[in-house]
Amino acid sequence: MLNLFFERVGRFVIRWLQYIGEVMMLLGETLRQLKKPPRMRHVFSQMAHLGADSLPIVGLTLLFTGMVMTLQIAHEFIRFGAQSTIGGVITIAIGRELGPVLVGVVAAGRVGSAITAEISTMKVTEQIDALRVMATNPIGYLIVPRMIACMAMVPVLTVFGDVIGILGGWLIATGWSGISSYLYWNSISTFAVAHDITGGLVKAAVFGMFIAVLGCYCGLKAPAGAEGVGVATTRSVVSAIIVIFIVNCFLSLILYK
Amino acid sequence: MIELKHVNKSFGNKSVLRDVGFRVEDGETLALIGGSGSGKSTLLRLMIGLDRPTSGEIWINGQEISGLDEESLDEVRLSMGMVFQYSALFDSMTVGDNVAFGLREHTDYSEEEIRDLVREKLSLVGLPDAEDMMPGELSGGMKKRVSLARALAFGPSIIFYDEPDSGLDPVMTRKIDDLIVETQKKLGVTSIVVTHDMESACLVANRIAMLYEGEIVAMEKTEDFRRLKDPRVREFLGSFAIE
Repeated sequence: MLNLFFERVGRFVIRWLQYIGEVMMLLGETLRQLKKPPRMRHVFSQMAHLGADSLPIVGLTLLFTGMVMTLQIAHEFIRFGAQSTIGGVITIAIGRELGPVLVGVVAAGRVGSAITAEISTMKVTEQIDALRVMATNPIGYLIVPRMIACMAMVPVLTVFGDVIGILGGWLIATGWSGISSYLYWNSISTFAVAHDITGGLVKAAVFGMFIAVLGCYCGLKAPAGAEGVGVATTRSVVSAIIVIFIVNCFLSLILYK
Repeated sequence: MIELKHVNKSFGNKSVLRDVGFRVEDGETLALIGGSGSGKSTLLRLMIGLDRPTSGEIWINGQEISGLDEESLDEVRLSMGMVFQYSALFDSMTVGDNVAFGLREHTDYSEEEIRDLVREKLSLVGLPDAEDMMPGELSGGMKKRVSLARALAFGPSIIFYDEPDSGLDPVMTRKIDDLIVETQKKLGVTSIVVTHDMESACLVANRIAMLYEGEIVAMEKTEDFRRLKDPRVREFLGSFAIE
């Protein structure tokens, strides 16, 4: 009984270590491929495809997050006479944590899954082999442009999400909680600093890198058949979300110590 | 020239190829036949460097490739083309872009030169007007032809065909076979055709080799192959056997 338990735990640990090792090796190889000039036409087309299409969902997510957060804290802050800090607190929370993490999660679901589905379909239909046969490195051709596009577009989406989230907070603060516009905007300039936003953007770029590499990794490792594409896509989204939360914790410790 | 010496390939404990060795001369067409799971496609993947042998040597145009790193292998691959079993066309690109892919990646040709070459190769495979079509609009036979045009675009000296007739009706199968023969005659390329269709093998090949459970059990000129008495070969030949 105990043996079986340890056997299962051991197998689980080995599988995860192998998974992490393989992802890191792919990341290393992708970074190595950056020595060659990236195919900018592909990078821009990926940026348009992966980034621009995600704007509406990022806007909606952060708008309602900013609104509901203000709704929850405004009442308490007013009770303690701290209404002059609400705008600053919302900006710091969104800029440092909620903006990059929520945009990362949305991008993992929308962008990561699209990358995995595309690459796993290419693998299943031998298109990746065709690339190799035509002396074209699939990592340089497929992964590098997606990684650069994600590292550029997730921060852009985060800026957009931060602005929408702060506006959502303003809507509730002024329209529901009776705080004046001046007080809300003034508290932002009093309490928040540029690093609250720029630190979040650094996080967003790192999340973008992991979303792209994990999406590509799961696509390249997809089991054969149509079912394999579905399995790989789910695995990619789940892994990326877990990684975003773990990496976010470490980045917060480093960036905001 | 292609030469294999004592090639073995295993996946885990499962041995897929055992002591495979043969030589294909320049301009020759070899048909590699065998039942499902006999190791034909694995052997093809080894020859084009998509997989590595467990042991043995693979020589392509005088260079041993089994120990090469991916970058050195890419240089060798520029002299080879491959027609995939399911065509493997890039479905996000037009037919023209598919054929032009290798030229855009590895040459400094102008767009005009590339377009001329693409038209030339598409005409060679009988699809002069397909340049702007998407792969999804093509029939199975047309996809195979585009795949051949793409393989020919870079002017390879060796072409590998992985089951070029699979999924095609008998009429289209004969057309593809004729195209393989025509390509060999016009361009003088060395070809290896993996197939399980005896009629195709007899039509396109100078020599036929048979893989049986991972081993080459027979390899003869086409006419002589059909006269072999080996029961494993006889069973596969069926009505193509000559008494």
